[in-house]
Amino acid sequence: MLVVTALSVVRVTSLFATAMFSGVFSLLSALLFVGLDAVDVAFTEAAVGAGISTVLVLGTLALTSRHEKPSTSSPVIPLFVVFVTGGALVYGTMDMPNIGSADAPAQTHVSPDYMERTPHEIGIPNVVTAILASYRGYDTLGETAVVFTAGIGVLLLISGLGRRRKEEEEDDGESGAG
Amino acid sequence: MRHHLILRVITKLLVGTIILFAFYVQFHGDYSPGGGFQAGVIMAVAFILYGIVFGLEKVQQVFPPWVVHKMLALGVLIYAATGIYSLFIGYGYLDYSALSPEHPEHGQHWGILAVEFGVGVTVTGVMIAIYYAFANRPPRISDEEW
Amino acid sequence: MSWEFFVGHVYYWLFIVLMMTGLYIVVAKGNLVKKIVGLNIFQTSVFMLYISMGKVTGGTAPIYPADLNIDPNVIYSNPLPHVLILTAIVVGVATTALGLALIVRIQEEFGTIEEDEIVIIEKSIAREENERYRAATGKQA
Repeated sequence: MLVVTALSVVRVTSLFATAMFSGVFSLLSALLFVGLDAVDVAFTEAAVGAGISTVLVLGTLALTSRHEKPSTSSPVIPLFVVFVTGGALVYGTMDMPNIGSADAPAQTHVSPDYMERTPHEIGIPNVVTAILASYRGYDTLGETAVVFTAGIGVLLLISGLGRRRKEEEEDDGESGAG
Repeated sequence: MRHHLILRVITKLLVGTIILFAFYVQFHGDYSPGGGFQAGVIMAVAFILYGIVFGLEKVQQVFPPWVVHKMLALGVLIYAATGIYSLFIGYGYLDYSALSPEHPEHGQHWGILAVEFGVGVTVTGVMIAIYYAFANRPPRISDEEW
Repeated sequence: MSWEFFVGHVYYWLFIVLMMTGLYIVVAKGNLVKKIVGLNIFQTSVFMLYISMGKVTGGTAPIYPADLNIDPNVIYSNPLPHVLILTAIVVGVATTALGLALIVRIQEEFGTIEEDEIVIIEKSIAREENERYRAATGKQA
């Protein structure tokens, strides 16, 4: 179902449908994350992807156009690039351990240590929050700074301009009439 | 939106529940999936929903733009200040056991609560600020053409 | 290639297919909003690939019971990828918001959000500036 949704984003030309499909894609991927035992990630992906991203894309559509111009260039070069990249990635996964194996390198280095230390050092049941806020707290500070920067960036780009342009038009109107 | 009666009634009922759920997710981040980011996004969604259905002026009476802009910086300040406070007492930066030296576990609890609160405040502010910025512009497509 | 190898790796290949769909949208489509949506699809499938590396078969979500009586027989999935992906999701939404704000400004300046039309407009602006510059320096020299 995920593949069908992603492929339909490629094909449709109405941008409103694209926004809706991206919301559907986010919700389906949240389901997949629950199936992979990542409940925090599923929560965040559902809230952020299906909530905020869809609202932002719809807001952009209200300020720009609603339909996409059908493309006239040939898709051969993008398809070639995509197949080469996909082939390289598949070649890379050949060496990976099977999904779910308990002796994979990702499971054996730091994480069992964190899971053992959390009950008596921090004492909260949610290990993900413990790692996020305490063991890797510095990274979370950086992430908060990134969100802050994005907010400031959007405010700089969009916020005051409509008002200033209206004031300019009023001044021009006055100087033209007076 | 004058003639969308169902939307207005349901929104009035839902907004309070959504804000309550956001507080629940924020403070139960220790015990169940949740934490600062999710709570911030859900809280912002409550106000965005109110703004979409009832209009931008009404939601800006409740939550004026200057409050939102102050909230942006306040969250990051809370986070960094927690770290600097533990630096002043003599421990390392962002070492939460400084917050209660005789019981390091309680210090961790307090530290995590404070830090997640800061994160939640910033994320709420950013999402609402972005919505205000996008909604303030005069739209190119009128409501009937959708 | 044994059957077990195939079953253990088919998820990775599925996520790679999703990734390539997102990449195709970014590269091939001309509309800027669709490119941002394709970028979102690409990001989400990368997250899926990353989290699938943390799953342990027979495991459960990495949250202990509330009174912290940890049953030693229960297997927990690896929480470390979850933490990294949480950060990545938030960074992704920040990127999307900034990209969409840029698109709104582009629409106001150029009047269109189709990539090929923007290239034509930019080339004509560059040509006009070059001619103006040549005319100005021609007069001075």
